Amino acid sequence: MSLATYRFEVPGDDFTRAGEASGSLKRSLKKIGFDPDIIRRVSIAMYEAEINMVIHANGGVIDVEVSPQKIDIWFRDKGPGIPDIDLAMQEGYSTAPDNVRSLGFGAGMGLPNIKKYTDEMKIDTEIGVGTTVYISVYAK
Amino acid sequence: MKIREIVDILEAEIICGEEHLDNELHSACGADMMSDVLAFVKDQSVLLTGLINPQVVRTADMMDMRCIVFVRGKCPDEQVVELAQERGIVLMKSPLRMFVACGKLYEKGLRGGC
Repeated sequence: MSLATYRFEVPGDDFTRAGEASGSLKRSLKKIGFDPDIIRRVSIAMYEAEINMVIHANGGVIDVEVSPQKIDIWFRDKGPGIPDIDLAMQEGYSTAPDNVRSLGFGAGMGLPNIKKYTDEMKIDTEIGVGTTVYISVYAK
Repeated sequence: MKIREIVDILEAEIICGEEHLDNELHSACGADMMSDVLAFVKDQSVLLTGLINPQVVRTADMMDMRCIVFVRGKCPDEQVVELAQERGIVLMKSPLRMFVACGKLYEKGLRGGC
């Protein structure tokens, strides 16, 4: 049974707005009444993925499905794809440009943080076509 | 430690959130890399940073951090202040440098989270 679904369009050209979708979902999950720890894990993972979309893929679309058991999120972009997922999953590995680093991101912690805070994570990527990242956080 | 004690210890000036100064904080995190902050989970923390862009406030919000201290006297623009007000986060600026600011809070008993 689904409690709610949400769709967020993430603009790719404005880094200052990155995180708006994550903030919005966080407030919705609070209203539904999930445990604060679950909400924080979802928020952090979604925020990192949203930032990634803006940095690497010129934005994209986020779909969220909320049920009493779990929160599923799909991040779909039409970016350049990830050539080596194992390398991208390593802490400290980053291909982010310098201007992003000066804003406090690009430490190579994004994907490792997403994995750390979620119960399921799956990356489907194709070079030149785009990337879909799926995550799930269990509510129990 | 109450937020108002942090204001005194760090010789700080409050930018917004005066109504929350009696809230208690139990740990602190000093960082300019927001992904490092996101790797650190602890309730009721204060974030010390030298960055003043909106992502600092968004990061604190995701982490349920209730207070941000901008070190070296830096002050964010109006857009960042408005975002913090919306989210109920206290902003303050301290003339101290990062190392000294963190050291002073540690000396007074505040610790890093796990």
